[in-house]
Amino acid sequence: MSENNAGQRRLALVVSLLVAGAALAFVSFGNIGENLVYYWNPTQLVEAGNKSIGATIRLGGVVKDGTVDWQPDEEALAFVVSDGTEEVSVQCSGAPPQMFREGIGVVVEGTMTQGGVFKSSRLMVKHSNEYKAPKEGASVEDLYDTVESL
Amino acid sequence: MIPELGRAAVLLGLAACSVGAVTGMWAGKTGREDVWRWTRWMALAFMISIAVATGLMEYALITHDYSVKYVAEVGSNETPLAFTIVSLWSSLDGSILLWALILAIWAAVFAVKLKDSHPEHAPWALGSILLVGVFFTFLVSGIANPFERVPSPLDNGPGPNPLLQNHILMIVHPPTLYLGYVGMTVPFGMGCAALLSGRMPTSWARAMRRWMLVPWACLTVGIILGGWWSYEVLGWGGYWAWDPVENASFMPWLTATAFIHSSMVMERREHLKGWTITLVMATFLLTLLGTFMTRSGVFNSVHSFTQSPIGPVFLGYLGVMLVVSVLLLAARVDTLSPPTAKLEGPWSRDMAFLGNNLLFAAFTFTVLLGTVYPLLNEVMTDVQISVGEPYFNRMSVPICLGILFLMGVGPALPWGRATFSTLVSRLAVPSGLAVAIAIGCVATGLREWVAILTFALSGFAGAVTLRELTEPGRQRASKLGEPLLSALMQTWRTGHRRAGGYVVHFGVVMIAVAIAASSVYRSETEMTIREGKTKSFMGYDITYTGTERLDEPHRWSRVARFDIDKDGENLGQAEPRLNHYKKMNQSIGTPTVMSGLDEDLYLSLVQVDPEGKMASLSVVVEPLVIWLWAGGGVMLLGCVIAGWPTRRRREDAA
Repeated sequence: MSENNAGQRRLALVVSLLVAGAALAFVSFGNIGENLVYYWNPTQLVEAGNKSIGATIRLGGVVKDGTVDWQPDEEALAFVVSDGTEEVSVQCSGAPPQMFREGIGVVVEGTMTQGGVFKSSRLMVKHSNEYKAPKEGASVEDLYDTVESL
Repeated sequence: MIPELGRAAVLLGLAACSVGAVTGMWAGKTGREDVWRWTRWMALAFMISIAVATGLMEYALITHDYSVKYVAEVGSNETPLAFTIVSLWSSLDGSILLWALILAIWAAVFAVKLKDSHPEHAPWALGSILLVGVFFTFLVSGIANPFERVPSPLDNGPGPNPLLQNHILMIVHPPTLYLGYVGMTVPFGMGCAALLSGRMPTSWARAMRRWMLVPWACLTVGIILGGWWSYEVLGWGGYWAWDPVENASFMPWLTATAFIHSSMVMERREHLKGWTITLVMATFLLTLLGTFMTRSGVFNSVHSFTQSPIGPVFLGYLGVMLVVSVLLLAARVDTLSPPTAKLEGPWSRDMAFLGNNLLFAAFTFTVLLGTVYPLLNEVMTDVQISVGEPYFNRMSVPICLGILFLMGVGPALPWGRATFSTLVSRLAVPSGLAVAIAIGCVATGLREWVAILTFALSGFAGAVTLRELTEPGRQRASKLGEPLLSALMQTWRTGHRRAGGYVVHFGVVMIAVAIAASSVYRSETEMTIREGKTKSFMGYDITYTGTERLDEPHRWSRVARFDIDKDGENLGQAEPRLNHYKKMNQSIGTPTVMSGLDEDLYLSLVQVDPEGKMASLSVVVEPLVIWLWAGGGVMLLGCVIAGWPTRRRREDAA
């Protein structure tokens, strides 16, 4: 094989690798954009209004007193998550975890629906090493900090 | 006394390690035998000091000496002894101490093993390894000092994180993973040695491969045990969630796997040297990145113990190591001896290896991107996001299928030149099997293309693997007229590296099938059952028979009992429980897994109402999960076969 030929082959190899790399990056970034999960509190969620519909959101806040409605026979759980300023109604499928109660910090993952109800498939109770009842208006970052998720 | 003694041992280790790093480099530069001997002694002194420090820490843990800061953080009088012992790795400072200990052990073993061989490279390598050790020992002696004295100690502590004292796997998973994770420092040091000395002879390439094999095997087992732990403990019936900490262990595994393959090309054809060394360096840098991610608290998980000042220090170190590695590569990669043979293409094993490496590199890139994207995004826009699982699944499925395909094609191809017709003749039977499997799947009513394709490609790769394992033996049997079994054993003994590699491939095939089946054909539901009533799911009848409270010193548990029947046959009692850890005010479940060869029934208790009249359960039915753990065992077996020491000591001395 001549020098020239080998050089051409090498060039072709480099170019095809670059093209493959660019394609991979393009596909990856596109894919990431479609699969983002946003960490919001009720205030941010209410502010976003209709823009929030459809996106996967992790909503953090405190379970408002007197709003928990658990129907064991329908496996339906509803409550209101509050951050002190705004409130969002949440519907979950499945039973509440043992630690779940009024006034506890929770993070729910799910989507906002047209009717203004947050539908969640995943409910995580905030745990803290030294347990204190979360204050109304505790920042959402504080809540995430202490959520035990894997 | 313990705080002071422990600190002294760590400082002694730091001194030995620092001196060894310097003398190692010096011996590498000058080739002086006496300086090299000193370096080896320093490595041993490093190991002994850190082992003493770790021993003191264990003593403090077991005797509940709350004047030691770390014991005050993770100890408690009520924790069972086994979990007290392993609480060495249940929080930040102790885990860094364990890290230093394992690195010291690797360094000492390396020093002893390479006493008389590779004089040109070994000092450089040990010097580089000890240089890494300096950083970790520095952490233990400074900002992550577990021996700090508590001014006015209490007489009890909070105990370790409940999640970490809930299952027996917690005893084996972390040390195994650490052995692999930290062990990646050794091939990294050897790669540095090749660059620093400017030479990469075949004997050194072979030595590097062997030193990679052991940490790789440990990392493989560690990752699988981690998945198993999460399956047995976390209660959602899964083993992998593309969590940042899982990715942190997976990325170096990917690059290390790529290395193991490309180093074969390097050994045989002297090709891909720069690339292979790049992979070793990337592996090490990814372990540092992983440690940073898991230990600094930038992600919330069971592995990030606390917000700690260790993050910025780690990030700085990672940056320095990245720059050093790139500079070293750029400056020296040209001096490595040129290849002796051309890479053959396109129908050759060389090309299959190249393809494999590109796929592994692409895999690493996509996982890395998905893992660090939220961090970069938060730094730049101050918006908190995470990348959802679907991204990882969608990206990894095609890549994994490609890898599975190459796992079948590669071994069927000869080294060097081959024609398309040899390819066709060698792949006819496996391809036929793949097609037959696909048709069989469709005929039995399966419609999910991902699963069907995985099963077909697994059959394809499995058939090739099986033939590669048995072909030499069958040839020998027919040529020499030996009985087949003894001929097989003979070829496996002499070609144990090759045989071990294919056994590993076989384990991978098992895991691929198990993952595809258990994730595609998983069914789950949540149900609430009143006492004495039965509910059914996927052919299982679940009857709630009652609940009971069990008290232990450190926790109390609520056990719910269920009778499980399938097709009228009683499968026994399931007793998932919720454990309440007194000091943490946390409930952690212990799910019940009823494993079968065909499928697992997974029950995890969500809640029991105060009177015990109603229990809520999450129920998952997943096929073939058990084969995932079995596949891990087969991979380990393959590594043992491949790495089994041979009597051919001469190649070390070459």
